[in-house]
Amino acid sequence: MTARDVLATVSEGGACALPVLRERGQREVFCGLTGIVWLHRKIQDAFFLVVGSRTCAHLLQSAAGVMIFAEPRFATAILQDRDLAGMADCNEELDRLVGRLLARRPDIRLLFLVGSCPSEVIKLDLAKAAERLSLAQRGRVRVLAYSGSGIETTFTEGEDACLRALVPELPATRERSLLVVGALADVVEDQFARLFAELGIGPVHFLPPRRSGALPPVGEASVVLTAQPFLNETARALGARCARVLTAPHPFGVEGTLGWLAAACDAWGVSRERLEQVTRRAVDRARRALERPRKALAGRRISFLPDSQLEIPIARFLHRECGMEPVEVGVPYLDRERMAGELALLPESVRLSEGQHVDRQLERLRADRPDLTVCGLGLANPLEAEGLRTKWSIELVFTPVHGFEQAADLAELFTRPLERGERLAF
Amino acid sequence: MELTLWTYEGPPHVGAMRVATSMEDVHLVLHAPQGDTYADLLFTMIERRASRPNVSYTTFQARDLGGDTAGLTKTAVREACERFRPQVLLVGESCTAELIQDQPGALAQGMDLPVPVVPLELPAYSKKENWGASETFYRLVRALLAPLAPPPGQERPEPVESRRPRANLLGPSALGFRCRDDVEEVRRLLDSVGIDVGVVAPEGASPEDLLRIPEADFNVCLYPEVARTACSWLARTFGMPTVEACPIGVGATRDFLREVGRCAGVDVDAALAPERSRLPWYSRSVDSTYLTGKRVFIFGDGTHALAASRVAREELGFTVVGLGTYSRERAREVRAEAEACGVEALITDDYLDVEARIAELRPELVLGTQMERHVAKRLGIPCAVISAPVHVQDFPARYSPQMGFEGANVLFDTWIHPLMMGLEEHLLGMFREDFEFHDGAAPSHLGGDAPGAPEQDGGEQDRAVAWDPEASAELRKVPFFVRGKARRNTEQFAQAQGLGTITVETLYDAKAHFGR
Repeated sequence: MTARDVLATVSEGGACALPVLRERGQREVFCGLTGIVWLHRKIQDAFFLVVGSRTCAHLLQSAAGVMIFAEPRFATAILQDRDLAGMADCNEELDRLVGRLLARRPDIRLLFLVGSCPSEVIKLDLAKAAERLSLAQRGRVRVLAYSGSGIETTFTEGEDACLRALVPELPATRERSLLVVGALADVVEDQFARLFAELGIGPVHFLPPRRSGALPPVGEASVVLTAQPFLNETARALGARCARVLTAPHPFGVEGTLGWLAAACDAWGVSRERLEQVTRRAVDRARRALERPRKALAGRRISFLPDSQLEIPIARFLHRECGMEPVEVGVPYLDRERMAGELALLPESVRLSEGQHVDRQLERLRADRPDLTVCGLGLANPLEAEGLRTKWSIELVFTPVHGFEQAADLAELFTRPLERGERLAF
Repeated sequence: MELTLWTYEGPPHVGAMRVATSMEDVHLVLHAPQGDTYADLLFTMIERRASRPNVSYTTFQARDLGGDTAGLTKTAVREACERFRPQVLLVGESCTAELIQDQPGALAQGMDLPVPVVPLELPAYSKKENWGASETFYRLVRALLAPLAPPPGQERPEPVESRRPRANLLGPSALGFRCRDDVEEVRRLLDSVGIDVGVVAPEGASPEDLLRIPEADFNVCLYPEVARTACSWLARTFGMPTVEACPIGVGATRDFLREVGRCAGVDVDAALAPERSRLPWYSRSVDSTYLTGKRVFIFGDGTHALAASRVAREELGFTVVGLGTYSRERAREVRAEAEACGVEALITDDYLDVEARIAELRPELVLGTQMERHVAKRLGIPCAVISAPVHVQDFPARYSPQMGFEGANVLFDTWIHPLMMGLEEHLLGMFREDFEFHDGAAPSHLGGDAPGAPEQDGGEQDRAVAWDPEASAELRKVPFFVRGKARRNTEQFAQAQGLGTITVETLYDAKAHFGR
């Protein structure tokens, strides 16, 4: 790691001048393939075929673990010596496997060929393969490609790459509509759809859709709201299709959700009074529900290790609405422009870090000794054994945490480890 | 290319991680891209290890590929040496690094480090996890012990008279199945015949411990998947005999003791009494009569599948209807055992093949890995886990070895527990249409509603011969696991007889015909 710690101070027009600690070294994060674990549940007629190595297959089953009892709608085409030595033609092999796969699963309408580290390094052109296979399927199955490789994507960036691959497939429209981007739990999607309907904002579409036949339309009159903070490439691609991408806080907690809805209201010319009127009950309910977790969290110190890109908005929520003190907030990568609104709401005392050198970060953590550390599965138990309470970050992407009704659920993800620590006698 | 849904084994570098993580004062540097750190969670979450695995990663990204990934490797190696101060440094690479050919092992050897470097070659596109573990352990043992090897042909010195015979236990490792308790049980077993344990490795051993391996009189190859290569090198190089018998089950434990006795020159007869385990009596007690001929399907790594087959046949009176392994290295042995059972061995690492075989055989009990647990659950068949790969619940808090006489007790309990109890099963057979006792009902001591066993023997339509409604109803009273066979036999019989419709009479005629 030739790079040194660089303490960079970047000023964002005075709104946010938090210094950033940039680190380079061992990263304790998942790669983008992991997104398949939730994406394949969301798009119910999609299949994800990773073209990679046994490591990729092993990662997927370790991350998804045995949570999935039904036959999963993902698999790995494992490259072998004969593929690499040129004894077998990778494209012919791929055609053969896809044929077998689709024959077995006639319910599949959308197939993603997912690139991995090895397929990227040997420069296997999966986009071209997808085109060829799509033609061969004669419209029965749509075949698309994206890369979830660790050399290009970190954890949630895999979802970004997947949704980005869907953008060219979206039908064109001239109709004014709102497009909400990011895989949300169905229950959350329905709550948001009801709120937008009451606000008179619509039609509202969601990307990804629950079924691939229902791809949302997009065009110059489309307005895009991202529900997740890691969808930069997808937002950019939608921008390239002339949609207007709104800048808004992310819909975590009451404040984030209100700000997020307000951005849509502004675009639609819906008044703040109307927004307040429509959301009053849900806001009151969320604030009441947050009273209890707030008691447990207020004044407690929390650190985030870089993982899902949700670190900044969630630190903002825990600080502003639960009274927690963020000590270090680490992110895999920092897009200051998109995060400007969120960063401005963090306290000046916070240590913001980008990238990772895990050993140095753990040294800082041991010196800080926060009350709670948000980290990946590989680190959680070792930190618990050192007497640090932890929260697995992967739960933040697997649990419905967006919106008013889930604000207290989100807070309770953080109270539980603390409460557990207090309950146990030994 | 090979299509995989679930995989029984990880890539070979995960095997190397298992050996490094098992040990003290050993550190592994892996040249690997971002994301490969996922494997840490196997140790910290599934096995609940309280410390991070002894592994560092170089974490290269796409932007490094055109640049200096070799420099990245050197930095990671240097930092790992400074931070973790290992006695030995292992250097290897994962699948992606293999493609970019930085030769991290050679790089590290050229760095003039203050510790010995053992470079690992882990061919990710042809080998798998257990191979990687075995190779890593062998390379490590060889690197440390080769300088101490006696000249070829030199006789091994006589054992020291003043001490008890001493054995090393080789093979137990991180993520192995019940290794922690097996080591304890085998230690007790050897102690009971006056034999001490020298080195246990890789689990819990340091490089200094490995240097003491030749001080013992012989090696016990507890898990051949990990230790066979190292044991045979030690046999060749140091003339150390290897005990190959794997003490899982009462009979195999007795064989193990006999072999150990021969190696150590110790009389073990007094220790062979089967009463040292409760399994033989429990199995002979009348309550166990209902276990007779239970149709069991077995799949796992070579060691555990082979042992399970013998216990099932000889000690529990089951009928082995299917036997297989994903350990291709053990295929020959598993084929031989399958032949003894009168079945065809299933040697595969394709989970779908295993699933199809189970669905076809409709066994009454599945003994397998966590994959077979899922299959069995879906098919509504009782199941016990006997082999890696496993999940968090297969690292129990309580003492539960598989090996030795206590291990046999554990096998009896854990394999019998998922089954119906004796009288319960009889009632089920008698009152087939009882609304509480039916095919889909779970054993009463397990509670809850098990998913009903799905009918896999096809519908009524598309059949050459028609069933009259009464005969259909009668067929449903046949236990589900033989119902498909009864249906096929009856239809075959009816066709042979030129009958257009199957009646209750035809059903019983066919039963008598095939029963002869």
